[in-house]
Amino acid sequence: MPRTPSSRRTTRRLAADAGLLLVAAAFSLPLLWVVLSSLDTDANLQVKLPDGVTLDNFDAVLTPDITFTPLLNSLLLCGGGTALTVACAALAAYPLSRFRSRLNRPFLLTILFATSLPITAIMVPVYALFVQINLIDTLQGTVFFFAASQLPFAIWLMKNFMDGVPKELEEAAWTDGASSLQSLVRIVLPLMGPGVAVVTVFSFVMMWGNFFVPFMLLLTPDQMPAAVSINEFFGNRGTVVYGQLAAFSIIYSTPVILLYVLVARRLGGGFALGGAVKG
Amino acid sequence: MTTAPATGPGPGLAQRPAPAPAPPAPSHRTRPRRLLQALPLTPAVVLLLLFLAGPIAYCAFIAFTDLQLTGQAEESFIGFENFTTAFGDEAFLNAVWLTLVFTVVSALIGQNTLGLALAALMRRASKPVRTLVGGIVITAWVLPEVVAGFLLYAFFRREGTLNALLDWLHLPSQNWLFTLPILAVSFANVWRGTAFSMLVYSAALGEIPKEVTEAAEVDGAGGWRRMWHITLPMIRRSIGTNLMLITLQTLSVFGLIWVMTRGGPGGKSQTLPLFMYEEAFQKSMIGYGTAVALLLLVVGSLFSVIYLRLLRTEV
Repeated sequence: MPRTPSSRRTTRRLAADAGLLLVAAAFSLPLLWVVLSSLDTDANLQVKLPDGVTLDNFDAVLTPDITFTPLLNSLLLCGGGTALTVACAALAAYPLSRFRSRLNRPFLLTILFATSLPITAIMVPVYALFVQINLIDTLQGTVFFFAASQLPFAIWLMKNFMDGVPKELEEAAWTDGASSLQSLVRIVLPLMGPGVAVVTVFSFVMMWGNFFVPFMLLLTPDQMPAAVSINEFFGNRGTVVYGQLAAFSIIYSTPVILLYVLVARRLGGGFALGGAVKG
Repeated sequence: MTTAPATGPGPGLAQRPAPAPAPPAPSHRTRPRRLLQALPLTPAVVLLLLFLAGPIAYCAFIAFTDLQLTGQAEESFIGFENFTTAFGDEAFLNAVWLTLVFTVVSALIGQNTLGLALAALMRRASKPVRTLVGGIVITAWVLPEVVAGFLLYAFFRREGTLNALLDWLHLPSQNWLFTLPILAVSFANVWRGTAFSMLVYSAALGEIPKEVTEAAEVDGAGGWRRMWHITLPMIRRSIGTNLMLITLQTLSVFGLIWVMTRGGPGGKSQTLPLFMYEEAFQKSMIGYGTAVALLLLVVGSLFSVIYLRLLRTEV
């Protein structure tokens, strides 16, 4: 029997579905492990169904030592870093987007160049520098470095979002006597709300998950963010209680996953990637 | 910037290159006014100079000294000695080789090919499957680096899920983190980083006009031939930029490998960032560690320049 185009399409769709589900199954095994183990008092390193679902593991890790202090540190560190990044990026993007200057293009190319430098490589000199200028093991030093490392990309994104806001509205405000700063805060930023949200969430997610920067720049255990404390806590102990490790991993990961979902839904999937690397 | 989630949503999801140079400014714009306009750039420029350009310059300086962490009054300038030492150091050459393997296996082959395959399959798949698969792959990407490390550590351990699965299939199992650590961390990086390529390629494939592929289909070109002769040439610039970006992200992976293997056993998964860390801190040779960092930075800069060129040809 000759195959019709529509039946061929159905076959093809089924094949694609099957292929994708296979990949998804492989990808989901480690994720299943963390979810199932967190609910299992008797968890080991394998994916297995718990005998009885229990929240004991969460109970055990929800202490100041393991969870609250590190998460608070993460919040201070990443919140501070994000606030600084977003404020500086918004200010910097404004003249780049609004005023013409011969320096704009070289500046933007430098920024774009910096976005792709491997920051990991400079952590050793940053450490040496921070020792010299007494910023080592300080929250503010780490916040500054976080902000600087995230700024190139934040400026770039912010400038592109700002270009999408029409200039006419500001010009009206200028005739009414508003300054550039006023028109930036009152008119431009509110109009590019989703753009600012993307830059904010993106910066925060990057810093929240970053391990190497606080690992190098902070020394006092009390100051460690979750990214480092989880490794110290579970990596250096003789016997690891895997259920608790899994529970803590979930607590630590949830905020960034929620934030990502928030932004991704608002901007439709691959957000800034759409126009990003196209060719 | 570092991982995307730290290999993570990497840097440079740049939108488009800067606009063409501006025409000469109108004459009524006086110099003070222009300076005032540039004023908002100050905080960002200060931060970037102090905390990014500064360390890079400092890096270029101490790479040529014998700076140590302890027990040394003052460092002295030793020229290229750190670099000549490095190229005669077997541990360094081992790290270069492992970095190469890690980058080729996990980024160029793994993330890139799997990302493209997923993006291509998703265009044909039904919507619920698309959503489900996209969700799982992206979750792996968004997870903090250390958490991803733990999950993959559990997966590859002798008592872990992979071996349980192999036993169940009656296939030989082994202690992956001991026998093939560099492959284990490479697979971990594929698990963690594929979402990025998938998103890039989904966007690129979405921009191919339907008529083109339909015309080829009517002419009787099969799936593979369409992919090879039509789709791939049309998205070649996306392929180029994607390869650049994932290479740069992979070059700077630290936390994932650190959590899974600490670079071991016996340096068998010690890529350049881990080698740099060990020399600088566990052996206290900051000067030497920084020389390695500088090499990594130079390689990264080269890729970055190629990336800029690729973007520029688009305009």
